[in-house]
Amino acid sequence: MPSNDRTDVIIVGGGIVGAAIARELAKYDLNVLLLERHPDLAMETTKANSAILHAGFDASPGSLKALLNVRGNELFRQLQADLGLELKLTGSLVVATSAAEMDAIGELYSRGGENGVPGLKILSREQVLDIEPNLTEQTLGALHAPTAGIISPFGAALAFAENAALNGVKIIRECPVTAIAVTDGRIAGVHTPHGFIAARFVVNAAGVGADTVSRLAGDDSFRIKPRKGEYLLFDKKASCLVKTVVFPTPTKVSKGILVSPTVHGNMFVGPNALDCRDADDVDTSAAGLAEIVAGAEKLVPGIPVGASITQFAGLRAVADGGDFIIGPSPAVGGLVHAAGIQSPGLTAAPAIAERVAAVLRDLGLEMKPNRRFNPVNPPRVLFSELDAAARQALIRENPLYGRVICRCETITEGEIVAAIHSVCGARTVDGVKRRTRAGMGRCQGGFCGPRVTAILARELSLPVTAVRKDTVGSYLFFDKIPRLCEVDSR
Amino acid sequence: MIEQAYDVVVVGGGPAGLAAAVSASDNGALRVLVIERDRELGGILQQCIHNGFGLHRFQQELTGPGYAGRYIRMVGERPNIAVLLDTMVLSVAGDKTILAVNPRDGLLKITAAAVVFAMGCRERTRGAIRIPGSRPAGVFTAGAAQRMVNMEGYLPGKKIVILGSGDIGLIMARRLSLEGCDVKAVLEIMPYSNGLTRNVVQCLEDFGIPLHLSHTVVGVHGKDRVTGITCAKVDDALRPVPGSEFDLECDCLLLSVGLIPENELSGDLGIEMDGLTGGPVVDQLRQTSLPGFFAAGNVVHVHDLVDFVSEEGETAGKYAARHACGLSSSVGRLARIMASDGVRTAVPQVVRLDDVRTAPVRLYMRVARPERRVTLRLLSNSELLLERVLPVAKPGEMVVADIPADKLRAIGDVVTVVLRRQGGEQGE
Ligand SMILES: Cc1cc2nc3c(=O)[nH]c(=O)nc-3n(C[C@H](O)[C@H](O)[C@H](O)COP(=O)(O)OP(=O)(O)OC[C@H]3O[C@@H](n4cnc5c(N)ncnc54)[C@H](O)[C@@H]3O)c2cc1C
Ligand SMILES: Cc1cc2nc3c(=O)[nH]c(=O)nc-3n(C[C@H](O)[C@H](O)[C@H](O)COP(=O)(O)OP(=O)(O)OC[C@H]3O[C@@H](n4cnc5c(N)ncnc54)[C@H](O)[C@@H]3O)c2cc1C
Repeated sequence: MPSNDRTDVIIVGGGIVGAAIARELAKYDLNVLLLERHPDLAMETTKANSAILHAGFDASPGSLKALLNVRGNELFRQLQADLGLELKLTGSLVVATSAAEMDAIGELYSRGGENGVPGLKILSREQVLDIEPNLTEQTLGALHAPTAGIISPFGAALAFAENAALNGVKIIRECPVTAIAVTDGRIAGVHTPHGFIAARFVVNAAGVGADTVSRLAGDDSFRIKPRKGEYLLFDKKASCLVKTVVFPTPTKVSKGILVSPTVHGNMFVGPNALDCRDADDVDTSAAGLAEIVAGAEKLVPGIPVGASITQFAGLRAVADGGDFIIGPSPAVGGLVHAAGIQSPGLTAAPAIAERVAAVLRDLGLEMKPNRRFNPVNPPRVLFSELDAAARQALIRENPLYGRVICRCETITEGEIVAAIHSVCGARTVDGVKRRTRAGMGRCQGGFCGPRVTAILARELSLPVTAVRKDTVGSYLFFDKIPRLCEVDSR
Repeated sequence: MIEQAYDVVVVGGGPAGLAAAVSASDNGALRVLVIERDRELGGILQQCIHNGFGLHRFQQELTGPGYAGRYIRMVGERPNIAVLLDTMVLSVAGDKTILAVNPRDGLLKITAAAVVFAMGCRERTRGAIRIPGSRPAGVFTAGAAQRMVNMEGYLPGKKIVILGSGDIGLIMARRLSLEGCDVKAVLEIMPYSNGLTRNVVQCLEDFGIPLHLSHTVVGVHGKDRVTGITCAKVDDALRPVPGSEFDLECDCLLLSVGLIPENELSGDLGIEMDGLTGGPVVDQLRQTSLPGFFAAGNVVHVHDLVDFVSEEGETAGKYAARHACGLSSSVGRLARIMASDGVRTAVPQVVRLDDVRTAPVRLYMRVARPERRVTLRLLSNSELLLERVLPVAKPGEMVVADIPADKLRAIGDVVTVVLRRQGGEQGE
């Protein structure tokens, strides 16, 4: 068992990368701490991306992106059962609509071969339209990648974090790292609003904030430029349009605007690519939304804009050079970067974690196996997917499973309470939504929002006015103003 | 699993469902069941603590809970009506087997001889109307905010902007002003309000709250909480006019941008739907395209007055009872009602014609845009069934007209409903 008086590794950032690293390090007899500034994990880039388990034919052979994408894809498929990941191997298509694009997908095919992507095939127009009949008339052919899939990105991050916590990693939320102490060129610890925490190693997994965190330690060796991508998400009834992940043929700068199903049975279109100045600017714009719809129309004509249920944007953490930056800081001993993790960072995350563990070992961290490591997460109850007998048994055991709170997704009070009280459980309305899907349906929490708020208040012993939507200050409701109330005319 | 059998099962315990249950009981159904997912009966009325309900039905101005209370009492007085509260209907099968769930009984399998759908409607959300900007706390649908203020006792914000001038938006503007909030403005994308005129006067004008017509929200600002919004004027095609933007400082944006009939259960059954009302296609008995399945209230089309909801519930309940007693309502030939030329929707969408039915058929219509001095005409086989002059017609106020009983025989396969501007030209 790790002792409490000494922290070996502090991971800064609770996105998919930080969470995967935490779980990887939980396999060893170490004292590990994960610090996240928000009230929940996976609240930044990890919650707003294309959610695709990339096959790995995109990145240039030899790059970290290529290597870790293919390995990450393989690891995710191995981990699916243990961690209870919501993952579907739908396959992906890169659609070509001109002779030049046919040449380009031919190049992707050979690049994929070099990267070690299994099963790639170039399909004819007929074969493609057979799989996806709603594609544009202009379709000439496509590159098919059977190992590509779709995944719940925040679900995956939460699953990694839960497993890490079950195996001894301490996760502290609402704990931003505000300064990093360096003594004699080596990490001494980190400062937070809750105090100073001494540690031998700091792993920087701070997403678009990774350059800021690096500079806190005095390492100015790289910059991150945030590049925004906007999305439009559609009601389940639109999801019959495509069954696989459909990409256009990529250009030099971007993978383009795609059309894809989600693991929860919805469909989305996006992203575009806009450089932006602020690392917290995730506003959507009318122009951007028009751009992604127009882009998607080129692949799948007749996008049902009226059936959209929400829009969102995520920031790519684009580092100088464009590849992932994974390794020891050139300036500060004991600081390890997992930075510049743009796409395919979600797919690569478990492979990035393996690599970070190897770097720490090389830097002299003693890593004895944690003999009690349990790779399996406890099963999660999904009422809507149970048969009648199982539902009946569940309700008899706990009547809260008999009360449906979210009618769009059929989520029960029992599931919501379980999500609040699970390891690293939900503290906010959006935290409940990401763990249970309550509020993710077509009414977007219009009906269940007030009820989820009340359940959070009850279960966390908070006043309703202290319940938050997502961020630290995102309080939802105020007390009535007594003196001005209509009936209270004192 | 508990299994039960009823003559008529009503899904939803709002005013439509309650009226349907009472009427089913009064028209011969022996065992009637109302299933309601909330902890009490009354539906949306329980959160409508303002007055203005029941002028037609009870010739009195009641509050929402007051109106609901009368029907809840009528239900209570009829021992053959059973009520299941805190119970959600999960699915309804074509053979009228209903699967429901609650914490006490677990899963319930209920069979019915006739079913009345009375699930009401839900609110359109921000995502559905694609308001760009950030996504902080403080954006609520007006109905959700109404529930929080009136039933739970909390405020959704202190400086409020309301998008949409439908009745819920107007009522909430007044409610929040009374609660001491600063209601900055109500914005409406159309050049006219969608609410009842009396609500525009009593909820905005009396409180000095500005109503900006032909305006919409083009941006939401704030990271944690809303800090403000940007609005803009819109052109005739409802597109924001560049250069017309201005900011309003607020900590809350309420959306009152439309209601959508809650038809997941009916849709899953393959019942024919009307794309414009969002509800099932019904005949004048409120029977849907599947025999034995009836519908009433906001699940059919969004009503402005609860009195008409109750009336529709009564009709549905009565014929559901008849159906359950083996008196099929599905005989006779069908004529389609086609709304056109300035009339957007008409309910019922079909009229059932046979030799025994001699009651006039009442149509509920919404016009497509505000009109003055127009003539409403109902035609079939080029015969004029009805002609009525409307001094004013507004999309926010339902137009009601009866096809006289003696005209029913003249009806062919189609009845066309049109508006004519005076002087004979068509209303666009
Ligand atoms: C538009 C878009 C589409 C994408 N599509 C895909 C895809 O389809 N497939 C794929 O594989 N990848 C995709 N990606 C990439 C993938 O989403 C990212 O690589 C991945 O989510 C990065 O995870 P992360 O943990 O590094 O970053 P984040 O999720 O941003 O996590 C960083 C965390 O660090 C925290 N933090 C920052 N500073 C501090 C501090 N000082 N103290 C404490 N905490 C701090 C933040 O709050 C945040 O939670 C896409 C990315 C974008 C933007
Ligand atoms: C803000 C506001 C102000 C209004 N003001 C006035 C006014 O001043 N005067 C006036 O006359 N009218 C007014 N109305 C209109 C009137 O209240 C409504 O038209 C009427 O309540 C609709 O009745 P309903 O029974 O169709 O629907 P609802 O009242 O919505 O009832 C539907 C019921 O079905 C239940 N339900 C749904 N799905 C399921 C399921 N799967 N299982 C079990 N139960 C289910 C719901 O919980 C709900 O209780 C107002 C409405 C609103 C919202």
